Amino acid sequence: MVSHPASASILNSGARRNALPRTVMPGFGLTLGTTLLFVMLIILLPLSGLFLQMVQLPPSDYIRIIMSERTLTALWVTVSAAALATVFNAFFGLLLAWVIVRYEFPGKRIVDALIDLPFALPTAVAGIALVALYDRNGWMGSLLSEMGLQVAYTWWGIALAMMFTSVPFGVRTVQPVLESLNEDFEEAARTLGASDFAVFRLIVFPQVLPSFIVGSSLAFARSLGEFGAVIFIAGNMPFKTEIASLLIMIRLEEYDYPAASAIAGTVLLMALITLILANIAQARASRHLQKEA
Amino acid sequence: MALSAKGITKFYGQNQILNGVDLDIRPGEFVALLGPSGSGKTSLLRIIAGLQFPEAGQIFFDGTDITGQEARKRQFGVVFQSYALFEHMTVADNVGFGMKMRPRRERPTKSDILDKIHQLLDMAGIAALADRYPGQLSGGQRQRVALARALAIDPRLLLLDEPFSALDSKIRKGLRTALREIQREVGTSAILVTHDQEEAFDVADRVAVMSDGRIEQFDEPEVLLKRPSSAFVADFLEKSADFQSQGAGI
Amino acid sequence: MLSPSTRSKLHPQIQAFHRKQSLKHAILIAIAITFASLVMGLPLLAIFFRAFEEGIAIYWQNIVEPDTIHAILLTVITAIIVLPVNIVFGVCAAWAVTRFKFPGRRALITIIELPFSISPIVAGLCYLLVYGATGLVGSYLDGWDIQLMFNLTGIVLVSLFVTCPFVARELIPLMEMSGQEQEEAALTLGANGWQTFWYVTLPNIKWALLYGAILANARVIGEFGAVSVVSGNIRGETMTLPLQVQLLYDDYNPTGAFAAATALTVIAIITLFLRSAIEARHPHRH
Repeated sequence: MVSHPASASILNSGARRNALPRTVMPGFGLTLGTTLLFVMLIILLPLSGLFLQMVQLPPSDYIRIIMSERTLTALWVTVSAAALATVFNAFFGLLLAWVIVRYEFPGKRIVDALIDLPFALPTAVAGIALVALYDRNGWMGSLLSEMGLQVAYTWWGIALAMMFTSVPFGVRTVQPVLESLNEDFEEAARTLGASDFAVFRLIVFPQVLPSFIVGSSLAFARSLGEFGAVIFIAGNMPFKTEIASLLIMIRLEEYDYPAASAIAGTVLLMALITLILANIAQARASRHLQKEA
Repeated sequence: MALSAKGITKFYGQNQILNGVDLDIRPGEFVALLGPSGSGKTSLLRIIAGLQFPEAGQIFFDGTDITGQEARKRQFGVVFQSYALFEHMTVADNVGFGMKMRPRRERPTKSDILDKIHQLLDMAGIAALADRYPGQLSGGQRQRVALARALAIDPRLLLLDEPFSALDSKIRKGLRTALREIQREVGTSAILVTHDQEEAFDVADRVAVMSDGRIEQFDEPEVLLKRPSSAFVADFLEKSADFQSQGAGI
Repeated sequence: MLSPSTRSKLHPQIQAFHRKQSLKHAILIAIAITFASLVMGLPLLAIFFRAFEEGIAIYWQNIVEPDTIHAILLTVITAIIVLPVNIVFGVCAAWAVTRFKFPGRRALITIIELPFSISPIVAGLCYLLVYGATGLVGSYLDGWDIQLMFNLTGIVLVSLFVTCPFVARELIPLMEMSGQEQEEAALTLGANGWQTFWYVTLPNIKWALLYGAILANARVIGEFGAVSVVSGNIRGETMTLPLQVQLLYDDYNPTGAFAAATALTVIAIITLFLRSAIEARHPHRH
């Protein structure tokens, strides 16, 4: 209980403070205790293990590990592919959400349900399915190779797999906002002569922007860490198509825990920074909205 | 004295909500806590109910110190402002809930519980609604269920937190009268929180006018009107009277 | 959308307007459907196609292969253990965080959501570092011959990490929004903590709970990266079904891999279906 300084004298006289229960709702000790125990053992302890490893690593070693050509390439491959996947998903996600929210068409419910497939489908299954589709003999792969394009076992395959697994982020974060939009604003803009695209750009998009940012950052963070869906289609050639997660795994199998931790910590840091930046950007975008409203 | 509260003080962080409040209720009495929002009347009621604990002060009921007693042990019937009915239970189950929660030794038999439920629903005038769900009822009906539910535990004290504020004035008047009759019949002391002077004066034996965490005056309605003890009381009653005489109360 | 007969009775300018709008909408819808089918629909089809490529007999042979059966069992056992623990944790966490105010409440909520943002490989690594034989806790337990990693325990622990936010995340906003008035009413009527929870809280949260449990379940069954790190990949012993899929694929047995994958896909489709059904009847808030 927070106590006001001026009331100290009142508190010390008369009332038997120590006899008063601290909470009205029952179960404080039990629920908080269980929660804290679980959180400590399952979430915090393991994370602190990584943190400790990283802290124990001399900075020179860290730099040596990260700056090695193989690690740098892996990080670059991962980040660039994640970036492309995110950009793609952000816009297609918005389109999908728009179409689902605003229009009626046959098969809409199936499309709506399919969007969550990447969340429900195990990543390994997604991985082999994508490889089956896009390698030279696959349905899509054979089409593409006729056009001289190769997706499987290239960086493009990595981006594709990352795109698959983060579709739901692109759609589901903006969908509720689109659903709750007040169409009056759009109608008003139209009566003032705005074209469809102008209406979207000036009226709809600013309202959707905060959740758009959140969805994109979640998609990016997820793509940075994606493993199962990527490793089948990636080719996994060091210095070419090796993703950071795989490199961490390889270092682990070599019992090189410091290296694995260094890379893992870096990826984790990137994800966290993304989320923090996104939080700030989203807050700013929301504030801007509220000022106008 | 049925209920006796002394020196009740309550803080929310840095804000002082109640400042050394004293309140004495006689057995069978109907008391109203009247005041503008922010006067602390709801907090006082919740502290009496055991849903909040004061920073300082004591509460006695029938001579026993209940300051630190859990709400579930106090046997006070509470009617909430938004009714707080159990949405997934029928009206009958709502009303019977308190009886079913008693420990096995003290629990009435199933048929006794059913009898009591019907008796209470009759008294509240909603016998026909026994098998309906709260979601299917009107505001006034829900209020009657809340009242019946609170009465089902044979409460030693009835506490009502602005029970009629969400209803329109015609229904409000009818429910007010019903409440008064039921209270007289059952004989339990009652405390009603309201910001509506007409309501307080209509229903209560004595009214406590509150402001800024203090009870300004605690008297019968006529005394409050004839001999207001402070400028605030005089102003508040006059303002409310004016407001109502302009037809807003009808 | 107007019917052709209605439309033909309208003023020609209005007809033209509708035609232009319909065309725009149709294009957008077409793009959306194409995207959805290409990106999501095709992979689904490919899985079943490849699994049955060599005929139903071979498919069945692949399914009942002992290692695959074992993998199925291991996955199911993991799910059976993890799900109730998640539900209990989710309920406790939601109750603690929404019914009480205490310093660090917001931080606790953030910590509970952390596993969502952490890559599965990183999660696996963290667990090895702490609970592995050379780890902080693991080395201590090693002295008593207790091994936590490279067995069912490790798989269960890491699965708990990955799925613990799901139930809590559904319950917390719901319980925060619905407030505790009904619970307070129950208390004043004489109910104790357990009675209040069982008769008042639980009925109000049961759909959100179910929803979270279904999502968590899908995730447990499908988890790959984290389990890959801590399971040790011992054939016939610590291979969950997703790991078995990878094993078969790497062993140049794609048909076998896809056959195992169909089991997982069917579960995924059922999950989608249940999710959709619950969402339709009891829309949830975030």
